[in-house]
Amino acid sequence: MEGSVQDTGTSGAKSAAEFAADVKSRIREIGPGEVHEGLPEGTVVVDVREDGEWATGNVPGAVHIPRSYLEMRIENVAPDRSTPVVLYCAAGLRSLYAAKTLIEDLGYQDVSSMTGGITLWKDTGLPVEVKKTLTPEQSDRYSRHLLLNEVGLEGQQKLLDAKVLLLGAGGLGSPTALYLAAAGVGTLGIIDGDTVDRSNLQRQIIHTEDRLGELKVDSAEVAINALNPDVKVVKYPYRIGSENIMDILPEYDIVVDGLDNFPTRYLLNDASVRLKIPVVSASILGFEGQLSVFSPYEGPCYRCLFPVPPPPELAPSCGANGVLGVLPGTMGLLQATEVVKLILEKGDPLIGRLLLYDALATSFTELKIGRDPECPICSRDPDSITQDEMGVFPDYDAFCSGGH
Amino acid sequence: MASVRIPPVLRPSVGGEREVEAAGSNIGEVLQSLVTSYPATKDQIFGADGALNRYVNVYLNDEDVRVLDGLETSVGDGDHVVILPAMAGGS
Repeated sequence: MEGSVQDTGTSGAKSAAEFAADVKSRIREIGPGEVHEGLPEGTVVVDVREDGEWATGNVPGAVHIPRSYLEMRIENVAPDRSTPVVLYCAAGLRSLYAAKTLIEDLGYQDVSSMTGGITLWKDTGLPVEVKKTLTPEQSDRYSRHLLLNEVGLEGQQKLLDAKVLLLGAGGLGSPTALYLAAAGVGTLGIIDGDTVDRSNLQRQIIHTEDRLGELKVDSAEVAINALNPDVKVVKYPYRIGSENIMDILPEYDIVVDGLDNFPTRYLLNDASVRLKIPVVSASILGFEGQLSVFSPYEGPCYRCLFPVPPPPELAPSCGANGVLGVLPGTMGLLQATEVVKLILEKGDPLIGRLLLYDALATSFTELKIGRDPECPICSRDPDSITQDEMGVFPDYDAFCSGGH
Repeated sequence: MASVRIPPVLRPSVGGEREVEAAGSNIGEVLQSLVTSYPATKDQIFGADGALNRYVNVYLNDEDVRVLDGLETSVGDGDHVVILPAMAGGS
């Protein structure tokens, strides 16, 4: 037994230095300058360092495949064996060994290793790209997102960078805020001037019995912070109105409309068209909900769908009305889903479509809604929409003043 | 006969039904027959001039009748008509 070990040792063994020299003599090496400027079209540059090293900065345009995953993942970036591949590591040795593997074991025909690795690259003064990465806690928290092709690291970073404004921390805003926070939407603005009332708790699940009487924005912030410390909550403890909407909206990428009255819905529409910010809109009554995404100039706006509001006697949003407690949960989470899709730029958003949900019948009905070529707002240039026009509609007369 | 989906705000005017049957060969006739059967719906659907109220959208299956032929839009047996006023509840 001892003999067989001895045999291997004496016949084929090399010192690490001898092995390195041997591989170096057989693999083509190119300098950082050539990698920076002289690579043929279609060359794939692969960083074979470990995750922690990659996080400190990389050659711009390089893809990251740690050495230990190289054989398994190289085909994802270079499916064709004739694709030119340049590998680099920290100082140029690991990439030599990686190149040897690609050539000798996997049959790649045009593989080089970058001399001196990222260290020489930096010393030469060439530009370094630092990609945002997740902390270990974030990688754990969002692991089920990271497993989805449609989200992944890039998508999760988009979520963390996103700023979403919630109009209302009520029935619709409660579930929407919680799930967007859980998903890692980095900034959540919440506008609501109300305080938590016991009658809210049947459906407004972001609030709790022990926070009765607190401002809803404060109560929502407590719940969101407890769920996900990544999320920054920006609180606006008042009603949105013509006097503040143009100051608040520009700070956000997407607005979630859970408003409880028509005048503010029209005001929001006009401001969002002017600012070209998409609005994910839902409304609820009794056992029924409506949902749509109004993306200015891409699809219809709220005024294209409903040019004028109904008279107060047909607008049961005014005054206390019954609503099934779980209904805003259903509709709010459909809103949250549309928000996430817009941030990720994945799937088909509910633009140009109106979804009706009837909880008693358990039926969804989808209607087509188009842009109105004569829409008083979105048929015009956004810059021509004046402050005085916003939120105004014909015969508007203190429409259910005060609102809900 | 077409089936007409009644929105929550109009249900008290049709005895609480969520969907009713109405006869007619076009949207105008279907809505007229609805109004005849349930007179309380008249002022909510039609304006004084006999045109559809602007705050009420009417869809034949999934299309807005305004982009079809309006009240003249043909309706066949088994078609679904949706009456949809705006809603604003959120809290």
